[in-house]
Amino acid sequence: MRTPLRPLARILNARAKGENPDLIERENLARRHEAMGERNQTRAAARLGLLAAAFGAFYLTIGVRMGHLAASEPMEPVASARGAEIVAQRADITDRNGRILATNMTTHALYAHPKDMVDPKGTAQKLAAIFPELDAAALERRFTDGRSFVWIRKVLSPEQLQLVHEIGDPGLLFGPREMRLYPNGTLAAHVLGGYAFGAEGVHSAEVIGTAGVEKALDVRLRDPAQGGEPLTLSLDLTVQATVEEVLGAGITMLNARGGAAILMDVRSGEILALASAPTFDPNDRPVPLVSRDAEPSDSPLFNRAVQGLYELGSTFKIFAVAQAMQLGLVNPQTMVDANAPMIWGKHKIKEFEGHNYGPLLSVTDVIAKSSNVGTAHIALMIGGLRQQAFLKSLGFFEPTPIELVEAPGARPLIPKKWPDIVTITTSYGHGMSASPLHLATAYAAIANGGIYVKPTLLKQTGQAQGTRVMSEEVAADSRRMLRRVVTDGTASLGDVPGYEVAGKTGTADKPKKTGGYYKDKVINTFASMFPASNPRYVLIVTLDEAVDSSGPKPKRTAGWTSVPVAAEMIRRVAPILGLRPQLELGDETTLTAANN
Amino acid sequence: MRPVLYVLTFLGLIALGFWAYRENYATQSALREVRGLQSEIANLREALSVQRAEWAYLNRPDRLRELSTLNFDRLGLLPMEPEQFGAAAQVAYPVPEIPAITGPVDAMGQISAVEDTAADQAEAIVAQTGQEGL
Repeated sequence: MRTPLRPLARILNARAKGENPDLIERENLARRHEAMGERNQTRAAARLGLLAAAFGAFYLTIGVRMGHLAASEPMEPVASARGAEIVAQRADITDRNGRILATNMTTHALYAHPKDMVDPKGTAQKLAAIFPELDAAALERRFTDGRSFVWIRKVLSPEQLQLVHEIGDPGLLFGPREMRLYPNGTLAAHVLGGYAFGAEGVHSAEVIGTAGVEKALDVRLRDPAQGGEPLTLSLDLTVQATVEEVLGAGITMLNARGGAAILMDVRSGEILALASAPTFDPNDRPVPLVSRDAEPSDSPLFNRAVQGLYELGSTFKIFAVAQAMQLGLVNPQTMVDANAPMIWGKHKIKEFEGHNYGPLLSVTDVIAKSSNVGTAHIALMIGGLRQQAFLKSLGFFEPTPIELVEAPGARPLIPKKWPDIVTITTSYGHGMSASPLHLATAYAAIANGGIYVKPTLLKQTGQAQGTRVMSEEVAADSRRMLRRVVTDGTASLGDVPGYEVAGKTGTADKPKKTGGYYKDKVINTFASMFPASNPRYVLIVTLDEAVDSSGPKPKRTAGWTSVPVAAEMIRRVAPILGLRPQLELGDETTLTAANN
Repeated sequence: MRPVLYVLTFLGLIALGFWAYRENYATQSALREVRGLQSEIANLREALSVQRAEWAYLNRPDRLRELSTLNFDRLGLLPMEPEQFGAAAQVAYPVPEIPAITGPVDAMGQISAVEDTAADQAEAIVAQTGQEGL
């Protein structure tokens, strides 16, 4: 109830008493102000309280949420239905057309807790019956010597898993495993390499590559960021299988110790097939040889195409000739001294079987007849320094940059000093050793119009970048000479109708470990390219101690051994690669389309 | 007026509570379903990778080569060879179909001394019957 400031009754009363009525008014006013102040104060206090409560609740919410996040187990948000990627541990490896070369498979490992075992002796015997490689007595000893954990097998097949289940001993336990599977068996074994288990636990084990691409690109294959994305190699499964089949047949027929073949696309540097025989099964990789006097090449694990360093013989002659043409020292028709034997200091340079193609031979015939003396004279014109520089530009002084873990270890064997005699011997492929892959890369440079392209095992897209090592004309002239070798030279068995094979044979005596050379052990190489007029592919075939014993006298030269093998390979592989056989127009026979 | 508003608000509150309750359980069942589907996807993916491996194993070149050798009688498969490439010009044109002669054919003129080839006769017939057809 509002009190008036000047209540009439009191004012009249005060006036009657002679007091100042204004005092009453002031008193009332003061009282009213006091009440208003009190009201305002309580309201402000309530507002402050409310604000504090709001802030308190806010901070409490955040605090509780933070505490909850810190204390609880982290987990995927279940509600987000993404692609639900279950990524395999290790990426697949496929060929260039996406066919699988290596993949993963889930299986089980077998381990035991001997303390939980009911019947250690019987279990050991039953296990030994399932797995022939286990020894019952040794297993029983391990079960009973007081240890609490025993690994029994790293992988089990489903049938074996069932058999172990049927033993029914509570001490036998299974752990999930992801194992590597090479479904094609021995195919491309040297490229793929093999796998092993790294750190092993009960619930999982690390799969690591032990050789080949598996080891060289281990990081890429295990990269979770690229998980599931298969690694595409440049190999073609069909071509690789055909090359291996023909190489194997050739080795059997020619009684060779081993062999290697490389098929390379000259434009991109992609390796379409890389085979080395004898081979192995990467699913069950054999143990490397350990005995000291064993040659590494005795092991099937040895990759002859990449690791094998051989004196590649006369296949080198074309490099000396190409360089001499590049330097303008000779042209294909220049006559050079080829009078054999050639005496250089205390060395005597002879031709094969003591021939003499001299006194003068055109440069083309030096290649076609494979004249050591002719090449030696050309090499002397070039000189050692320039020869080294040229061979270096073709990659002969460095290990091949291919994506195999074995490649960096295969450094070519180069003489330390380079006197003239080395210049001479190197020109026809003796004195320095390189791998067949080096040779393939260098021939690819000639085939590719003089542009050196790095060899690779990974599928390439787009134009390959290369460096020019010789002019296009020199490369074309060299190819014409190599074609002459096949049409009327040492590699006449290498002619495949329709595919214009060009190439050069090379037969090198095998060096003895003790120094010197074997008389009857040779390495035969045929380096070829096809089709010669516009080469697409380079094929190198190397055979170790091959001999054609069909005639009265055993024939060991490349012309009788690697060349027919390479020819058969080209005949089989070129159609698969989609190369249409070209009509080789002779001098007179011209076909016209008039007679439809 | 005011009591009606109160009642309506209260009823709305009950309805919302009921809705939230149902949504909660619907969400939980959806999450369970997602979990089930995800584990099913994982299983299927594993099965897929096993089947891919098996496909590759069954199609390995060694086995296919053996199979084609075993079944040579039926399939007659040989390795691909250069001779198998053909040119488009080698493909024969389809033989022109000669329509059946339905009605009698009148031919007038002299039999010339020149020997007509069988092909010419056929052509003549074609021409004639073609005209009749028109």
